[in-house]
Amino acid sequence: MATQHSRSIARLMIAPATILLLGWMLVPLTMTLYFSFRKYLPLRGGDLGWVGFDNYVRFISSSSFWPAVATTLIIVGGVLFITVVIGILLALLLDQPLWGQGVVRILVIAPFFVMPTVSGLVWKNMFMDPVNGFFAHMWRAFGAEPIQWLSQASLPSLVMIVSWQWLPFATLILLTAIQSLDSEQLEAAEMDGAKPLRRFWHIILPHLARAITVVVLIQTIFLLSIFAEIFVTTAGAFGTKTLTYLIFQRVLESQNVGLGSAGGVYAIILANIVAIFLMRIVGKNLDK
Amino acid sequence: MKQIQLNQVSKRFGVFEVIPPLDLEIEEGEFVVFVGPSGCGKSTLLRLIAGLEDVSGGQILINGEDTTTIPPANRGLAMVFQSYALYPHMSVRNNIAFPLRMAGLAKEEQNRRVEEAAKVLNLTDYLDRRPGQLSGGQRQRVAIGRAIVREPTAFLFDEPLSNLDAALRVGMRLEISELHKRLATTMIYVTHDQVEAMTMADKIVVLQAGFIEQVGSPLELYHNPRNTFVAGFIGSPRMNLLTGKQAENKGAHTIGIRPEHISISPKKGDWQGIVGVSEHLGSDTFLHVTSPDFDETLTVRASGEVELAYGDKVYLTPDLTHLHKFDDKGLRIK
Amino acid sequence: MARAVTPRRKLFNTLLAWAVGMIIFFPIFWIFVLSFKTEGDAISTPLEVLTSAWTLESYAVVQDRSDYFKHFTNSVIIAVGSTLLGVLVAVPAAWSMAFVPSKRTRGILMWMLSTKMLPAVGVLYPIYLLFIEMGLLDSRTGLVIVLMLINLPIIVWMLYTYFREIPVEILEAARMDGASLRSELLYVLTPMAIPGIASTVLLNVILAWNEAFWTLNLTAAKAAPLTAFIASYSSPEGLFYAKLSAASVMAITPILIMGWFSQKQLVRGLTFGAVK
Repeated sequence: MATQHSRSIARLMIAPATILLLGWMLVPLTMTLYFSFRKYLPLRGGDLGWVGFDNYVRFISSSSFWPAVATTLIIVGGVLFITVVIGILLALLLDQPLWGQGVVRILVIAPFFVMPTVSGLVWKNMFMDPVNGFFAHMWRAFGAEPIQWLSQASLPSLVMIVSWQWLPFATLILLTAIQSLDSEQLEAAEMDGAKPLRRFWHIILPHLARAITVVVLIQTIFLLSIFAEIFVTTAGAFGTKTLTYLIFQRVLESQNVGLGSAGGVYAIILANIVAIFLMRIVGKNLDK
Repeated sequence: MKQIQLNQVSKRFGVFEVIPPLDLEIEEGEFVVFVGPSGCGKSTLLRLIAGLEDVSGGQILINGEDTTTIPPANRGLAMVFQSYALYPHMSVRNNIAFPLRMAGLAKEEQNRRVEEAAKVLNLTDYLDRRPGQLSGGQRQRVAIGRAIVREPTAFLFDEPLSNLDAALRVGMRLEISELHKRLATTMIYVTHDQVEAMTMADKIVVLQAGFIEQVGSPLELYHNPRNTFVAGFIGSPRMNLLTGKQAENKGAHTIGIRPEHISISPKKGDWQGIVGVSEHLGSDTFLHVTSPDFDETLTVRASGEVELAYGDKVYLTPDLTHLHKFDDKGLRIK
Repeated sequence: MARAVTPRRKLFNTLLAWAVGMIIFFPIFWIFVLSFKTEGDAISTPLEVLTSAWTLESYAVVQDRSDYFKHFTNSVIIAVGSTLLGVLVAVPAAWSMAFVPSKRTRGILMWMLSTKMLPAVGVLYPIYLLFIEMGLLDSRTGLVIVLMLINLPIIVWMLYTYFREIPVEILEAARMDGASLRSELLYVLTPMAIPGIASTVLLNVILAWNEAFWTLNLTAAKAAPLTAFIASYSSPEGLFYAKLSAASVMAITPILIMGWFSQKQLVRGLTFGAVK
């Protein structure tokens, strides 16, 4: 396949995809970088000139920055913890012999296919509404005072909604990984007298390490930029403003493009740090 | 007539020279086997002839015509791949007919040739199956069928039997030899298995690290290996290549003696030794013998059953007419 | 790892797994139930909801009232259009990288992947501005382009992993058999790659259908797909449970069905082959 002729055709065929993605990456990125150094208020005077690192300093020193960082960390960390732990347990369960495995699998992965705006709204109204929601009815049935989920326990509620969406992803990937485990390894361990818990700890968990890392990294990248779920539930109120949401508000709601762009650059740097680790794993796999 | 001629053909991948410039001539109707350990460049050489890789230098002539830059399809060669490379989505019939379809032959002519090839290869009952429904041997036949229908100048085989189990391999080996006799078309056959090379070839090309170590008929290679590499590679079990004082006594750095050219006796002989593991094959017995005269363990063939046990003391006598001598560079001493 | 277990153990596993499965699925089940109720019944207690009369009223209202079908059509055009466009660009690229790998292939693949990790919010304003400049704001064309670009890395990667499973020898055999590049692609590669291309299309339609950052920020009334249409229920209208449910059911059902068919591809597509 490797003749001169085929190589030049190959280069030609790869060009459109490369050029498109290069443009998609470089053009907006350059613009964001440019705006981040300018005082730019489209509705209040437009481009008011070069301000150096002013926007970067102001973005970090604004009173909403650190709370947004904390909110982001809580949501990302909380969802990761829940989805990975429950995901492992679920994957182990689904790997056991049971009747109707296919159907259960379908039930478990379904939430992943629900569009984020639908799941946000359904949870907000049908389940977490303090008057008519499913939970409110349940609480009242047991004589308890319904919880004001999205205002009083806003962060746990959001973590719960997002975890529900991402649990299928974690479960599916971990299940795939468990099923790729050589059963002879487990049988050997059983012959060696290892009890189930030790088999899990010494054989299954190390085997899953890679899959867990992949789940954590990919979810982190997606979770850092969750948007719709917050947009339709709290719209950033009640301490649910993440970094992404804060930048969105700066850019589109208060139309402070310079400040928002500086925030955007921070977000890009943050995502890149996570991405580097993910790419390493993916890259290693490419060599095989 | 020289049908395929390689003049100073070389191949580099980047800075890595896989095949240094080499010359080779293949006569019309010859069965030529490229043999060598894995990574010796034999498959690359075949792919250069096929046109699947560009040469980095030199010239390839087919029937006297320079084909160096001609695309593979127009060289008049047919190839059978190691993995058979059948088209999984086509029936056996369409697989075999594919090259004819590409050549734009009439439908009836296509059918006629496919039926004919199928008859030769015992595939008539399978023509409407998919490759996935066939056994390894049948797939191999389909691949050969696809090559035959083109009526090529030469057939190229790239380790075609390595995916078959041992019993089937022997059968297919015979079938391919039979086919060669019947078609009398040039065949170039790549293998790492010296038994295939010995049993099938008119001419063997032994390759190592891109170099041609020796070219010759099977028996020429067997009797007159040019160097220790060929000596050790051709013949089964391997030739004993021995160094040490006994070798120097014979005026050589290394002496080579095949297991079948050593006689073994419990009483007397030139070299003494201790019997190690014996392998009984019924017709023959292979004994592994350690000798204080050599660092290497010797393999000795004895006909039929031998009453010797592990640890027995024995004497070995080489048949001096079959003793090969090599110098310190591994080259044969005339 | 299908090991033999006692029937009792298997029964226990089954009950537990079904219980967990139903809890996870419950919110979706509940939307389905509510969508067949009147608004009054939909806000009553769960027991009353289940025992009250069933009706198709909400579906009828949703279809009349709002331009549900306009948004549905938008979703279809945007999801399918961006995916097909992406496949069109990605097939040649993936073909090249899988069958004529060079020293740069690995680098290009990794770089493509890295563009997928660019946080959308970081480039929100530039895109917004460019869309205004080019008159693409609130247009289906604009969204088709953006969604094609954000999913292109996934499409290339998926196709690449599928193509790599096709042995090069088969393509070489075709070349030896006299096939031109065109016949090689047409008669040999494409028929063999159809399953892979189909799963790639399926997964990417799902991803594009559910995309909810660009669709929310770059559309208004005209080009809004279902994601944005449903989001408009977050206003006080959200209190109409039955209608919201009916609209949601219609928005998620096609994708749920497609999703169930693409389970296996999901893992491959979203982990870039890092988990097998």
